[in-house]
Amino acid sequence: MYSFQAFDIPVLASNIPLTVSLIRGHVQAGFPSPAEDLGAQRIDLAQLLIKHSQATYFLRASGHSMTEVGIFDGDILVVDRAIKPRNTHIVVAIVDGDFTVKVLSQRVGRIKLKSANPTYPDITPKDGQTIEIWGVVTSTIKQFNV
Amino acid sequence: MYALIDGNNFYVSCERIFRPSLQGIPAVVLSNNDGCAIARSNEAKALGIKMGAPWFQIKHLTDSHGLVALSANFALYGDISDRMMSLAAGLGPTQEIYSIDESFIRLDGVRGDLVERSHKIRSRILQWTGIPCGIGIGRTKTLAKLANHIAKTAERKPGTYPGHLAQVCNLEVLSFDERQRVFAATEVGEVWGIGRRIGKQLTDGGIKTVQDLVRMDVATIRKGWSVVLERTVRELQGTPCIGLDDAPVPKKEIACTRSFGHAVTELSDLTQAVTEFASRAAEKARKQHSLASEVMVFIRTSPFRKDPQYSRSIVVPLRRPTADTGAIVQATVLSLRAIYCQGFKYAKAGVMLLDLQPDSVIQGELDLGDDDSLGDIADKARLMSALDAINKRYGRGTMKMASAGLDGDRRVWFMRQERRTPAYTTNWADIPIARA
Repeated sequence: MYSFQAFDIPVLASNIPLTVSLIRGHVQAGFPSPAEDLGAQRIDLAQLLIKHSQATYFLRASGHSMTEVGIFDGDILVVDRAIKPRNTHIVVAIVDGDFTVKVLSQRVGRIKLKSANPTYPDITPKDGQTIEIWGVVTSTIKQFNV
Repeated sequence: MYALIDGNNFYVSCERIFRPSLQGIPAVVLSNNDGCAIARSNEAKALGIKMGAPWFQIKHLTDSHGLVALSANFALYGDISDRMMSLAAGLGPTQEIYSIDESFIRLDGVRGDLVERSHKIRSRILQWTGIPCGIGIGRTKTLAKLANHIAKTAERKPGTYPGHLAQVCNLEVLSFDERQRVFAATEVGEVWGIGRRIGKQLTDGGIKTVQDLVRMDVATIRKGWSVVLERTVRELQGTPCIGLDDAPVPKKEIACTRSFGHAVTELSDLTQAVTEFASRAAEKARKQHSLASEVMVFIRTSPFRKDPQYSRSIVVPLRRPTADTGAIVQATVLSLRAIYCQGFKYAKAGVMLLDLQPDSVIQGELDLGDDDSLGDIADKARLMSALDAINKRYGRGTMKMASAGLDGDRRVWFMRQERRTPAYTTNWADIPIARA
């Protein structure tokens, strides 16, 4: 129930366990492996994809309006809420109470949500309508049937 | 110095992260079995919905006022709590997680403006996780808790307290006068550790506000009330009496009670239910290293229905103080048979373990040759730790007493959670959808 930590360093609530392994080396009779002291951690995908673990959520894309930036129906979106959304970021926005993934366009104070597929319309807020950006998409995960 | 951070309307706020359409509308989260409201949005509070209001009493508000009710989704709340707690920990050097949505942070040695720092942490938690928080700061835990109440009330009901205390309230930087005014505006029942009964006694005795209580002489309090209340008053006066690392006192009694998903009439179904409750209670007892001397079992019909009413309980002593699931379940099932009466629609049952004592004290007794020798007791203890280890590793209910039944979720008395949202953050199959 208690945790102790230094100031300002939030503990990572990592949801995906880090896989740790030493470089493999056969232990010869009596001699320690020469690689033992050089122990390295196996590459961890979560470390690559997740910068702010407390702020990162996974969503699934549904639809075809973002194919030109490589987001296809069924892809998993890695969404980081700690990142401040800026022009050209791919964002998850709240439109009519639903999550929508679009490209954020901010020009001279005008905000637009652009589709990345010419056959789909962009979303331009009407006067007085606000668009809430829920988070910034930092990567997508695509899995194939094998 | 302590800070208390807690999430506003926590369960509802968790639901709103993934259901933005719930923003700004009255929403409640219902307890196990959708029995009553255990969390309310501000809009729901404004409709007059009280904490613990039974669902059937507020159901009509769904049509008339657009109330949305959700079943508790603890997988989601647990994950969001984790995220919130680890960000809250950035406020100071040590943290005590007090409940799913509250943690105390010790602020000793933290330099700079605490209010500014708290606002930063608060907005980070809001931005990163989506949970709005209130932060209270005070010289003692009781003061921090009080400050937190002020911070949240000032935000929710403008006008009750000065506006600058909304969201973050540091009692230590208030002027003497302002502090007095704030204390005078707070009812004594809001103080941490003052329950409804003591609160009423104090109010009846003319001690209505926190200011009245702080002015009391501690010796009078000790004489007229209790040492516990004296400690509370000292804490309010600024003398720390409750440390951060005070381990929770082992509970004097352990209860496991539940409303059923559907009315239960058969003894066999009730037996399954109480077996499960007794097993859970025994597990809780072992976890806090306690042994129970007596078991209380109760069953009752729903007081909210017009059916014939029946309510009975029974307390049975155990052969010797124990935390053995087998012994406690056996006593529970026998007790149930003694109080069960056919022909009623049962709505709730419960098992309580009473007269708990530490498991380090074992009273020796003559070997009467009938059942357990001391060696058997040691074997049983090992059996129980194996049981707990298996259930911890493979999930609750992996290994259980046969009388709990094998039908899993199909058991008639099992939790009814018709309105539960998906496990958005803990199950790949349940992650939210974004339209592309």
